[in-house]
Amino acid sequence: MPSLKDLKNRINSVKSTRKITKAMQMVAAAKLRRAEEAAKAARPYADRMNAVMAGLASKAAGSDSAPRLLAGTGEDKRYLLVVLTSERGLAGGFNSSIVRLARQEAERLRGQGKEVSILTVGKKGREQLKREYGSLFVNHVDMSNVKQLAYENAREIADDVLERFEDGHFDVAVLFYNRFESVISQVPTARRIIPALIEEGETAEGVSAEYDYEPGEEVILRDLLPRAVATQIFTALLENAASEQGARMTAMDNATRNAGDMIDRLTTVYNRSRQAAITKELIEIISGAEAL
Amino acid sequence: MADTMQFDLVAPERNLMSVPVREVRLPGEDGDLSAMPGHAPTIVNLRPGLVTVVDAQGAESQFAISGGFAEINNESVSLLAEIGRKREDMTQDVFDEMMRAAHRKAKTAEAKAASTGAEGVVASAAKLLADMEALGTHIGLDPNSSNFPD
Repeated sequence: MPSLKDLKNRINSVKSTRKITKAMQMVAAAKLRRAEEAAKAARPYADRMNAVMAGLASKAAGSDSAPRLLAGTGEDKRYLLVVLTSERGLAGGFNSSIVRLARQEAERLRGQGKEVSILTVGKKGREQLKREYGSLFVNHVDMSNVKQLAYENAREIADDVLERFEDGHFDVAVLFYNRFESVISQVPTARRIIPALIEEGETAEGVSAEYDYEPGEEVILRDLLPRAVATQIFTALLENAASEQGARMTAMDNATRNAGDMIDRLTTVYNRSRQAAITKELIEIISGAEAL
Repeated sequence: MADTMQFDLVAPERNLMSVPVREVRLPGEDGDLSAMPGHAPTIVNLRPGLVTVVDAQGAESQFAISGGFAEINNESVSLLAEIGRKREDMTQDVFDEMMRAAHRKAKTAEAKAASTGAEGVVASAAKLLADMEALGTHIGLDPNSSNFPD
């Protein structure tokens, strides 16, 4: 039986933890709103990029001279997994769910005899994957100094990926991130970025085939494909940022509630012990008086 | 035919501008072009340069862009640029940064050409650099102040 003083200390410490988680939840909520706005603001560019890409790609897909970023290298042997995670923890299952998906995919590919290499963005994913796949790491992008995500960040990652592709280090690149669905739901997603994935249906309502292309379809396509890769990474980074804050908010909300429950429980125990002590003292006094 | 068309200047981070315009003059990769309402649907690659926008009242405003592409059809122009800035906001610092990026690109292209023998990349990087310099000179900024180490 813990003493009254121990219980009191315990209650106070849980109370201060609750204050911290409450504050983190509110910070996450504010950041989430900003991240959501950023993701929304970036949508027009990505949408139009995809629409134009879809129009061009559907034309070029059949021809033999289609760029390798679109048609692939003709092989399907070496994979690059780009794993986007956060720099900070305490975000519930946010990082683990991405890592779990990436790990499953890596195992599946290796089971099929493919070569897998991994590029990590964000400290948390790197830490979780290091022990098992450390030898497969090709690069790590540190985002800890990035306050506000900019397109520039995505372009640097894209440049790195593209350079490796040009140098023939891999055939297929897959992006792992959490798609933001709502505050309580983030869906771990794998998305192929090289060779370019053209979404079905976008062609129909997107750009019709009526366009003239200057200087020429192929030139534009060659120019566009690297940009499309950067745009997709940027979109994924933004979604990931929003998901991170959403996950953290939910996690901290739970933590705050749990702390509240714990305080209630401890307070009950504390009151009972105190009452027991008082009763014991009374009994002692009364029995002492009767003995006289 | 309507005398204005919708013009959108879109950067990856956000929509920079969305207004009805009478005319847009674009720095196409193979030469400048103007888009007015009723233009044939075209997708055009852009070089670094100035975009001139003539709004519904006939007032002109200019933007510096770092390349990109534009989607023109008969009632709208959408310009997708990685960097787009108002001409007034183009300071020497901003321009230096753009110049540095172009220099860096030219450098890596040269290095790559030396090792693989692919000449095409050098030509396009050199063109980008030249276009960037032309843009700077055009708006009265010094293309040589970026101090890129050789």
